[in-house]
Amino acid sequence: MEHLLSLFVRAMGPENMALAFFLGMCSFIAISKKVETAIGLGIAVVVVQVVTLPVNNLIYTHLLKEGALEWTGLGIDLSFLSFLTFIGVIAAIVQILEMTLDKYVPALYNSLGIFLPLITVNCVIMAGSLFMQERDYNFSESVVYAFGSGLSWAVAIALLAGIREKLKYSDVPAGLQGLGIVFIIIGLMSLGFMSFSGIQL
Amino acid sequence: MSKQANAKEVLFDPVFNNNPITLQILGICSALAVTGKLNTALVMSIALTLVTAFSNLFISLIRKQVPSSIRMIVQMVIIASLVIVVDQILRAYAFSLAKQLSVYVGLIITNCIVMGRAEAFAMQNPPGLSFLDGIGNGLGYSALLLSLGFVRELFGSGKLFGHEILPVVNDGGWYVPNGLLLLPPSAFFLIGLFIWALRTWKKKQQEPAPFKLAPQVKED
Repeated sequence: MEHLLSLFVRAMGPENMALAFFLGMCSFIAISKKVETAIGLGIAVVVVQVVTLPVNNLIYTHLLKEGALEWTGLGIDLSFLSFLTFIGVIAAIVQILEMTLDKYVPALYNSLGIFLPLITVNCVIMAGSLFMQERDYNFSESVVYAFGSGLSWAVAIALLAGIREKLKYSDVPAGLQGLGIVFIIIGLMSLGFMSFSGIQL
Repeated sequence: MSKQANAKEVLFDPVFNNNPITLQILGICSALAVTGKLNTALVMSIALTLVTAFSNLFISLIRKQVPSSIRMIVQMVIIASLVIVVDQILRAYAFSLAKQLSVYVGLIITNCIVMGRAEAFAMQNPPGLSFLDGIGNGLGYSALLLSLGFVRELFGSGKLFGHEILPVVNDGGWYVPNGLLLLPPSAFFLIGLFIWALRTWKKKQQEPAPFKLAPQVKED
């Protein structure tokens, strides 16, 4: 239990997806102009991450990993197919999620729906699965890691949107206006998040 | 794109005038973490350029056969297969580099440059031009990645490609390395500064301010 908690804290702080690993930067910058939409996208990322990562974990350990198909009598290692499988699973799950929400929870669909197609190509989701493969997480670890990493990204984008909303009233040099100043803000935030490093439970 | 662009324009435009990173905000995702050292940055640039060029080529070859409702899936499968090839080659011939790049090779799949160029350019243009467009965008990306890697490795550890350029104080030299440059935040600062420099040079790329401060008027 302690081990899982420590994994969660590490995923939130020092291994923050956006600020330490630079993942999901495209939508991180493009969708962070308003706090409301930023929070919407953040929640969508958490949901998709929590659904896809454990599914990918199951597929990886029971079908792709070396020795996983021993019961068939074939000693084959399919782990080279993991990229293709993961992205396929992510695309499929996002599509299913979109259709289910549309049918059963239209209110939620209206607020999250526009973000869902974007999430397929959000690096955070793919990276979560790849980190899971590289670090050999088991099923419960992968659930905790999915929640922690998704939430870390959501918190970061909400914070950035808050800063950007205030920023539009400030007097920025012409060349730095827009994209340039956003990068520098993210740099400062990332510096702040680095102070979490070394926290161990 | 209605008019047929000529080859030279397609190849060199993305490097300065329409750089994928500084102007189109594409593909920053998986790029920055590999710029701490110049050789990882170089490998990453080559990998991405090749993947973009070949995915553009193949997608453009089959653009008339694919129904538009399933084109995303088809593009994804082509890109993912190309990335698997690149990854397997790296693992076979440069295993230690592949370990350093860790998940970032796999993340080329979700790199928006590849997908974005496939969708925006390769679907409307013939294979030859699309291939050049892929190379051009790859070069634009590489230019930024390599200059970041150059600054970060040279001033962060006094080395280039692992060879010592500025002798460091710890080994009896004179240069005190700037440790911040090896940490993630410095990549953001450097990109911000690069964008500032590029936009001061090319004034057309500047974004308008959302609000202007009203001049302070004295009330009488």
